[in-house]
Amino acid sequence: MQVNLLQVSTTPVPRDLPLDLPLPEWLLVTLLIGSFLLHIIFVKLMVGGSIITLWAEIKGLKNRDYDLFAYEIAKTVTVNKSMAVVLGVAPLLSINTLYTIYFYSANALTGLAWFMIIPLVTVAFLLTYLHKYTWRAMASYKYLHISIIALAVMIFLIVPTIFLTNVNLMLFPERWGYIKGFLSALTLPNVLPRYLEFIGACLTVTGIFIVWYNGRKSYQVHLLYETFSRDRLKRLGYYITTVGLGLQVIFGLIVMISLPAKGINFEVIELMVVGGIMLLVAMWFSWKALSADNELKRDRQFWKVLISILFFILVYGGSRQLYREQALHQHRELMAAKTKAFEQMSKKARESPVSDAENLDIDPALGNLAKGSALFKQNCSSCHKEKQRLVGPPIQEMTTIYRDNEKGLKDWIKAPGKKRVDYPQMPGFPQLSEVELTEITKYVLSIK
Amino acid sequence: MDFPMFHLDWLNDRFLIAAVAIIHVMINHGLAVGFIPYITWLEFKGVQRAGREQIADWEWDRLIHNKMKVGFIITTTIGAMTGVGIWFTVALVSPSSIGSLIRVFYWAWFTEWIVFVTEVVLISIYYLSWESANKSLRSKLKHIRFGAFLSIASWITMVIIVSILSFMMDPGNWNTHKSLFNGFTNPIYIPQLFFRTPVAMLMGGVFGMLLTTLFTKKRSTLRIQVVRLGGKWILSWTPIALAGALYYWNAMPEAMKANMSTAVGSMDFAEYYDILKYFIVGATILSVLLAIWAIWKPQKVNVTLVIVPCLLIFGFLGIFERVREFVRKPYVIGGYMYSNLLREEDYALYKKDGILKHATYTSVQEITPENKIEAGKNVFMLTCSRCHTSNGINSIVDVFEKMYGRGKPLDEESMSAYIPNMHQGRTFMPPFPGNKKELEAIVAYIKQLQGTRESLQGAQVEGIKVNPLQNMEQAVKAYGDSVLVSKK
Repeated sequence: MQVNLLQVSTTPVPRDLPLDLPLPEWLLVTLLIGSFLLHIIFVKLMVGGSIITLWAEIKGLKNRDYDLFAYEIAKTVTVNKSMAVVLGVAPLLSINTLYTIYFYSANALTGLAWFMIIPLVTVAFLLTYLHKYTWRAMASYKYLHISIIALAVMIFLIVPTIFLTNVNLMLFPERWGYIKGFLSALTLPNVLPRYLEFIGACLTVTGIFIVWYNGRKSYQVHLLYETFSRDRLKRLGYYITTVGLGLQVIFGLIVMISLPAKGINFEVIELMVVGGIMLLVAMWFSWKALSADNELKRDRQFWKVLISILFFILVYGGSRQLYREQALHQHRELMAAKTKAFEQMSKKARESPVSDAENLDIDPALGNLAKGSALFKQNCSSCHKEKQRLVGPPIQEMTTIYRDNEKGLKDWIKAPGKKRVDYPQMPGFPQLSEVELTEITKYVLSIK
Repeated sequence: MDFPMFHLDWLNDRFLIAAVAIIHVMINHGLAVGFIPYITWLEFKGVQRAGREQIADWEWDRLIHNKMKVGFIITTTIGAMTGVGIWFTVALVSPSSIGSLIRVFYWAWFTEWIVFVTEVVLISIYYLSWESANKSLRSKLKHIRFGAFLSIASWITMVIIVSILSFMMDPGNWNTHKSLFNGFTNPIYIPQLFFRTPVAMLMGGVFGMLLTTLFTKKRSTLRIQVVRLGGKWILSWTPIALAGALYYWNAMPEAMKANMSTAVGSMDFAEYYDILKYFIVGATILSVLLAIWAIWKPQKVNVTLVIVPCLLIFGFLGIFERVREFVRKPYVIGGYMYSNLLREEDYALYKKDGILKHATYTSVQEITPENKIEAGKNVFMLTCSRCHTSNGINSIVDVFEKMYGRGKPLDEESMSAYIPNMHQGRTFMPPFPGNKKELEAIVAYIKQLQGTRESLQGAQVEGIKVNPLQNMEQAVKAYGDSVLVSKK
C-alpha cells in the first residue's frame, strides 16, 4: 500500500453508487475519450476563433482586409460554438458514469464557479451573436464593437479554468478536505500549466482550420478581400498554428514536469513523450509551410501538419486517461470494497429491523388504553394536545363532538375535511388500519 | 451521504434546478418543438402567396426569416446552455439520484444526445441556408421540406425525453425493471406526450405572433395577414391542447396514488391540483380569445395585447412542470431513493446505527451534550438540506412556525414527536432516517436556529470535514488486504 501517512486521516473513502456500470468499462472509456476529443476540438475552434477575431478586428482598424478576415472568422465561431456545446454532453455523461464520486465531489466543492459556467457561457454566446450581427450597423462605433468580442473572449478565457480545476481536483481526494471554494482548488499544482497549454492548443487548431477554410475551392477569396490572396490567408493560418504549437511545447513541458507523482508511471511518461514528439513534428511541418516560397509547396505540408496535430491530440487524451486511471486506481479499489461491505451491512440490518412494536411507547399502566395512547402519540400528538390548542384543536374538543359517534371520528381521521377557518387543514390518515383506528378512537373518547 | 453537500441557503437548492429546467423546457417547447413547424408552415405560405413569376413573397419571406433568427439565436444560446445547465445543477444538488439514473439510462440519454446533435446540425442548416435557398423555386421547396424534417426531429427529442420523465414518476418500476421501455409503457407517458405536443405548438404560435407584432409596422397589410394566419394556427391547436391537458390532468392522480407510499393525495398536492384547473381553463380561454381577435380584428393586435397571453401560456406550462415534480414525492426515484437522496433500503441500517456514523462528510460522529447542536447541523445538512434551508425559501424554521404558530418559541417536545411520524400525515415527506439521539440533535438545532437565524453554508463555501470513520486509514485497515488479495 502506497499511502502517505500524513494524509490518510483526511482522505475520504466514500461509497460508490451500488449500481453496475451500464456497459463494459473499456467501452465507456472509449466513448469518453472519443466524444471528448470531438467536443474539445470544437471548443478550441470556438475559443481560438474568438481570440483571432478580436486580434484581427483590432488590426483591421488600420487594414480593412483584416477587418474582413475577422468578420469571416466570427461567422465560423457562432457555428462552432453550437457544436462545442452539444458535443460536450456525451463526454459529460460518460465521465459522470465512470467517475461519479470523483467528478460530482469536485463539482460540489467548486459549486458556485461550476454553476457559473452556465450563465457565463450563455452570455458569451449571446455576445458573439451580437458582435456578428452588428458588424455593419456598428461600423462607425468600432471600439465599442471590438469591446463586445473582447468581453466574449474574456469569458471564453475564464471558463476553461473552471473545467480544468474540476477535472484536476477529481483526481486528488486527499486534497478535498482542504478545499474551500473554487479559488483554492484553482491553485492546486498542474492546473495553470495545463490551462496555458490548452490556450496554445486553441491557436494551433484554429490556425490549421483557417488554412483549410480558406483553401476550399468554393470559397471565393477574391470576392471577399481587397488585397488578401488565398495564399496570404493560408500563411496567416500557418502563422497562428506555429505560434500555438510553440506555446504548447513550452507549457506541455511544464505540465509534464509539474505532474503530481501520484498518477505517473512509465506508460504515462511514454505516451507523453510520444505526444511531445508529435508536437515537435507538427511544428516542424508548420514552420516549413510558413517559410515555403510558393503556395504549392505550402499546400504540401497541410496534411502532414493536420495529421500530426490530430495524432498528438489522441495521444495526449490517452495519456490523460491513463494518468487518471493510475491516480485513482487504489482509491477506487478501496471504494469498491467498501461499497460491497456496506451493501451487506445494509442487507443484514434490513433482515433484522428495529421492529415497529418497539417503536410504540406502550405504557402498561394504561391498561386497555395503552395501545391507543401509544398510537395517538405516534400519529397525532405532534398536532394535538389534551387540553390546549397546538396545531389542531385539543382532544377535549374532539370528545365533545364525537362522544357517541365513533364511526364519525374514524371517518374524519381517514379523510378529514376543513371545518375551522383559523386552523390549517388536517392531512388524512388512510394508512391506519381499522384496528388501529379503533384503538385510537377508544383512547381519544376516553379523555374527559 | 457520499458527496460533499452543495447547498444554497437562501435560494434553496431545488429552486436552482427548477429555474434552469423551466427556462429550458419553455424554450424547447415554445421555440423549438412548436416554433419550427409554425415557421416552416409560414415559409410555405410565403411561396403559395407569390405570383407565378416569383419564387416567394419576399417581404413575407424576410419577416419569417427574421422570426426564425430570433428562434435560432435563443435556442442555440439560452436553450442549449440551460439544457446542459440541468445536468450541472442536478449534479450539484442531487448527485446520488442523477448518478444512479445515468447508470441505468445511459443509452437512453446517449440516444437523446445523438438526436440532440442532429437537431442542432439541422437547425443550423435550416437557418443558415435560408438565403441561399431563395435562388430557385426548387431549392426553396427543398428548404421547406427540410424544415418539415427538422420539425419531426425536434418532436422526436420530446418523445424520448418524456419517456425518461415518465419513468421517474413511475412507482416501483425502478426496483423491478430498470429499463427505459418502462418509460414508454407507463400510464403517464401517452398523456404527457399528448399534452406537451399541442401545448408546444400553441406556445410556438403565440410567441410567433409576439414576434410578428415586434417586426412589422402597425396596420401594415403584412402584419394583418401574418397575424390572421397565426390566429388560425393558435385556434386549431387550442382544442387539442385542452384535450391533452384534461387527459393529463385526469391521469396524474393515478400516478400520484401509486407513487405515494400511503396512497393518498396530500393537501398540498390538492392545492396545486386545484390551481392547475384554473390555469387550464384560463389558458384555453385566453388562447381562444387571442386567436379569434387575431382572425377577426388583426389590425388591432399589438405587442401589449400579445405579451400577456404569451407570458401566461408559458406560465401554464411552468405550473404543470411543478405539479409533475410534486407527484414524485417523497421519492426522487420511485420506491428506491427518497428526495433526501437516501435509499429506502438503507433506512433499516440508519435507524439502527444513526446516519452520522455512515456519513462520509460530517464534523460529528458520536453525539455528546456538548456537540449536540453541531451534530444537529450535520444531520440537517445530510437529511433535510436538499429541500429545506435554514432561513431562506422553504426554511425549516418557517415550516415549523407555520404549524406551531408564528413567532412562538418552538417546542422541542412537540417537534420530537412530530418528526419521526411526519411522513404519516404529510405523505410527501420522506421518513426521518436518523436514530433517537440524532432526532434530539436536529430538534435542538432547529430550536437554536429559530433564535439565532444563523445561516448554513454548503461545501462550496465551507469545504468538508471528513468523518474519521470513513477515511482512508479506516478503509485500508478494513479492506486493504482484501484488495491486495483480489488483485493477485
